[in-house]
Amino acid sequence: MNLAQANMLPDEDGYFGIFGGRYVAETLMPILLKIEAAYKEAKHSPDFIAEHEYYRTHYTGRPSPLYFAERLTEHFGGAKIYFKRDELNHTGSHKINNVLGQILLAKRMGATEIIAETGAGQHGVACATVCALFNMGCKVFMGTKDIARQEPNVFRMKLLGAEVVSVDSGSASLKDAMNEALRYWVAQVDQTFYIIGTVAGPHPYPAMVRDFQSIIGEEVRNQIQRAEGRLPDALVACIGGGSNAMGLFHSFIDEKSVALYGVEAAGKGLDSGEHAASLSGGQPGVLHGNRTYLLQTPDGQINEAHSISAGLDYPGVGPEHAYLFENGRAKYVSATDGEALEAFKLCSHTEGIIPALEPAHALAYVAKLAPTMPKNALLVMNLCGRGDKDIFTVQQYL
Amino acid sequence: MSRFDPERLERCFARLKQQNRAAFVTFVVAGDPNMDSCAKLLHALPDAGADIIELGMPFSDPMADGPTIQRASKRALNAGVTLGKTLQLAKTLRDKHPETPIILMGYYNPIYRFGNQAFLDRVKDAGVDGLIVVDLPPEEDRELAISALDQDIHFIRLITPTSTKARIEKILHRDSGFIYYVSITGITGTKDIKTGDIAKHLDIVRTQSDLPIVVGFGIKHPKQAAAIAKIADGVVVGSALVAALEEGMSTSDTEQGIKNALDTARTLADAMSKTT
Repeated sequence: MNLAQANMLPDEDGYFGIFGGRYVAETLMPILLKIEAAYKEAKHSPDFIAEHEYYRTHYTGRPSPLYFAERLTEHFGGAKIYFKRDELNHTGSHKINNVLGQILLAKRMGATEIIAETGAGQHGVACATVCALFNMGCKVFMGTKDIARQEPNVFRMKLLGAEVVSVDSGSASLKDAMNEALRYWVAQVDQTFYIIGTVAGPHPYPAMVRDFQSIIGEEVRNQIQRAEGRLPDALVACIGGGSNAMGLFHSFIDEKSVALYGVEAAGKGLDSGEHAASLSGGQPGVLHGNRTYLLQTPDGQINEAHSISAGLDYPGVGPEHAYLFENGRAKYVSATDGEALEAFKLCSHTEGIIPALEPAHALAYVAKLAPTMPKNALLVMNLCGRGDKDIFTVQQYL
Repeated sequence: MSRFDPERLERCFARLKQQNRAAFVTFVVAGDPNMDSCAKLLHALPDAGADIIELGMPFSDPMADGPTIQRASKRALNAGVTLGKTLQLAKTLRDKHPETPIILMGYYNPIYRFGNQAFLDRVKDAGVDGLIVVDLPPEEDRELAISALDQDIHFIRLITPTSTKARIEKILHRDSGFIYYVSITGITGTKDIKTGDIAKHLDIVRTQSDLPIVVGFGIKHPKQAAAIAKIADGVVVGSALVAALEEGMSTSDTEQGIKNALDTARTLADAMSKTT
């Protein structure tokens, strides 16, 4: 596989190997085909590209720094550790990269209302933010369980003018928020654009979200060249749906010398049954418009996920990750709630950076990987979100 | 004799055409509120006026369904219903009512996990006539539709108010059995239907297919059912029956729930037969 081929995936039906596709009710097919056509046109259109770049630079604050974490490097005593500082973006996570792209597309298509699902609330906040900026109505669907554990973000969304719709059906978390957003969309399909927050959902979302997030890896490529004069040896990112990881990996898929590690949330442990590791502990299935790895019963009913991090608490994963998992190009590992909490504390104490619980999972794996690598090896971890939202959750465990 | 009969559905519509009336299609979720009660309700539906029975295959994430059917699916799953048990339920219904067409309706994942060919084998064995899989649009025909059709199992197509003329042509490229016209842009049992708009859309569909057209998703009241019966070949009622079942269960017991659902079915069937 070379980069040109990797960039050509998905195929025209939205497949990455056997994963992906468009498993949706007929009512949604016309709008999906419309979005696909509009996106195809927009991504080559100079005015779309220019507008996107303008907001990326002046509103989001890109490029985000690539920071050499010297004290952590010393602490682990192995590879040189770099953080891609996507937590410094406006709104505090990588989610803004995607929503900015999608809302510009929605605007171009004449939509007047935006809907979104959210788990941790980072995607919801990012959506509410760009809706305020572009003066569009915004409804964010959020499980009642997540509303309770992510209160600061709920307040931020309301402050930004969004309506937060609480979802009580099913397990009242991220997957149910997505069900409810899809149900609402089916009924309001004429004027509404659904901004999906991760590299999942029906085609063209997995490809479109990846493209909008791939700025992360493109910047890393340039920044590490400048800092070290060569490509990194390993990339590490946490995986819920997998958008920050896909964004980091995409530019490096063809670079065989660069090892790719996705870190899933192992919750209370892979054997406990209470985790969110769809690749390590799930099977292929069809949900939310795509075929991918899912946590499910032998009868094909979707299981509840569990993670201390609401942003990783999803029983599926983007279809391109399922593809990279099966063909072995990327390695998927996991970190437990406890390991993530330790990494959360360590990062705060050692680097003066309070990470979100999501990238704390990535760091928990870095703690295992870095010491096994030689001192001249280069490791880049995506620090994809800041931890302000998590301090109350973490407080309960300290 | 084999329970499977690829012509049963066609015979049913031919019979109804002779009687000059539209098909009354009832939908309930398999195993709601439990296997025994559901079997009892199903076996009594044909006598309460049901011409075709749609049996919902419960799924944990029914994305196209409103709150009523969501609750029904949850009750069924809590009662331990699996796809295997749903097929068993269909089989007993088939033995009891040899001429009533049975359609299984649901989402793809439980089928995919069961194994597509194993599922189709069991469908035939149970004497099920057709399938409606909500999240398999024509773009995904390679998954299940083509092999189902190759084995003479009807794969029912859904057309919605968002379907353009070109889209309808694509959907009906592999049509079979009847056409399911989704009367609202929305989920089951919610918004109110607009009969005028539906009539216009059905005329467009009729220029592209000779198959019977059945209308469903937002039909709750006898008056609505009667109005749709005048312009379509069949009327599907689901949420209203499930709601009646629920109401009886909450005010009294499951027996009362079954009675309520059957009474509702009778009222709807009567309303439909008077107007055609």
